[in-house]
Amino acid sequence: MNENERVKAYNKYVNAKIPKTRPFPTLFNSFWVGGLICLIGQGINDLLLYLVPNLSEQAAWAYTLIILIFIAAFLTGIGVYDKLGKFAGGGTIVPITGFSNSITSPSIEYKSEGIIYGICVKMFTIAGPIIVFGVVSSAFVGLIYYIIGLFM
Amino acid sequence: MKCETIKFKKQPRIIGAYSIVGPKEGQGNFKDYFDYIMKNDFFGEKTFEKAERKMIENAITGAIQKAKLKVSDINVLVAGDLLNQIISSSYAARAFNFPYLGVYGACSTMAESMAVASILVDGGYFENVVCCTASHFSTAERQYRFPLELGNQRPPASQWTVTGAGSCVLSLNGKGPRITMATFGKVIDWGITDVNNMGAAMAPSAMQTLLTHFENTKTTPDDYDLIATGDLGKLGSEILIDLMEDKGIKLGLNYADCGQMYFRRDQNTLCGGSGCGCSATVFTSYIMKKLQDGQYKRVLFMPTGALLSTTATQQGESVPGVCHAIVIESEEG
Repeated sequence: MNENERVKAYNKYVNAKIPKTRPFPTLFNSFWVGGLICLIGQGINDLLLYLVPNLSEQAAWAYTLIILIFIAAFLTGIGVYDKLGKFAGGGTIVPITGFSNSITSPSIEYKSEGIIYGICVKMFTIAGPIIVFGVVSSAFVGLIYYIIGLFM
Repeated sequence: MKCETIKFKKQPRIIGAYSIVGPKEGQGNFKDYFDYIMKNDFFGEKTFEKAERKMIENAITGAIQKAKLKVSDINVLVAGDLLNQIISSSYAARAFNFPYLGVYGACSTMAESMAVASILVDGGYFENVVCCTASHFSTAERQYRFPLELGNQRPPASQWTVTGAGSCVLSLNGKGPRITMATFGKVIDWGITDVNNMGAAMAPSAMQTLLTHFENTKTTPDDYDLIATGDLGKLGSEILIDLMEDKGIKLGLNYADCGQMYFRRDQNTLCGGSGCGCSATVFTSYIMKKLQDGQYKRVLFMPTGALLSTTATQQGESVPGVCHAIVIESEEG
């Protein structure tokens, strides 16, 4: 057996043997926790609009996001969010709370290397790519919007 | 002589051994055997790296005390750990007034340091040599994986890095189990690229070293009371059993994996413990005790190491493995 064949055969054997994630409980937990987070967000939004009647809908959304980000950052700080994430997986990663967690957790972790080289440099190690893709794709969409606008 | 196996003529003795572990490890299956269980992962220090360093310092002093020696009796320290540039060992060595040899074999470091130390002692170059190996869950996580507070899930094949340090003193004078043979392993890579599946990446190297060892020493698995791999984990040790069976050698009930046995099932460590502290603390606590009691007469201790780095992995490299084996026999022989 040559090297390539052995690598292929071994990888095939390992892939057949490796324990798999059980789809049902994983998906179930992630759906209901993710849904609950969205429900809480909607609740905060409705409450804001109810309490401050002359608030525009746009501004209410912004405040809702800020509140959710704060809650997630706080829960990360007191060591709860990672346990929640372990339980719910994608359900806690996809909402904006996951984004908040991905920025707060490295900030806490790298505090020991100082403010500049620790917190500031490492803060975006996980969320960095998301921000880059967000900015690049919005610029791209903006360009398309502009070009379409020229012919309309 | 072209042979990977060394047979020691004077057979260095392990005259003292000391283990120190973190709180989670202290609730695992070997909890009654450890010398010291830390109350928290910081061990009174400001950072986890400093805690790991302190663990090594304490393990070394502990082993020297248990060998009934003074720090000034030690001639050289052979130590290693998992962090970049093995800083934990090197910085810990700063506290001692003897020469230091840093070794790195990832999770196989304990056997590597003991084999190197045995050569130094057996050759008559040094009288008392101390070996030490440590790993820390929190320092390893941040170096190899994600921040601790990140809410992510661990894949089912992943393992839990053990927080612990093990140390032992080798000497020709004194009483204790003898190190009779050592087989150095080749680096084997069968193309596993999944960094969460270390067991599968390391199992071929364990197989290679086992085959070489059996061939060179003309022994079979039945000649040993215990064949202990380091941290192949549940999946990796099953793979090793399969691989050995393909080669016509059956590993029976005397085969065990330290990582697989380390934690209780309800501790949620998936495939078991890993890290160089895993094999080091099991060896310096449980296996040493059984050897001293004479319950084990002959043990083949062969921890495996995955020689990866995050840079190599990100560049698309697979995970090479290495496995070093040493044979330890009880005092009476």
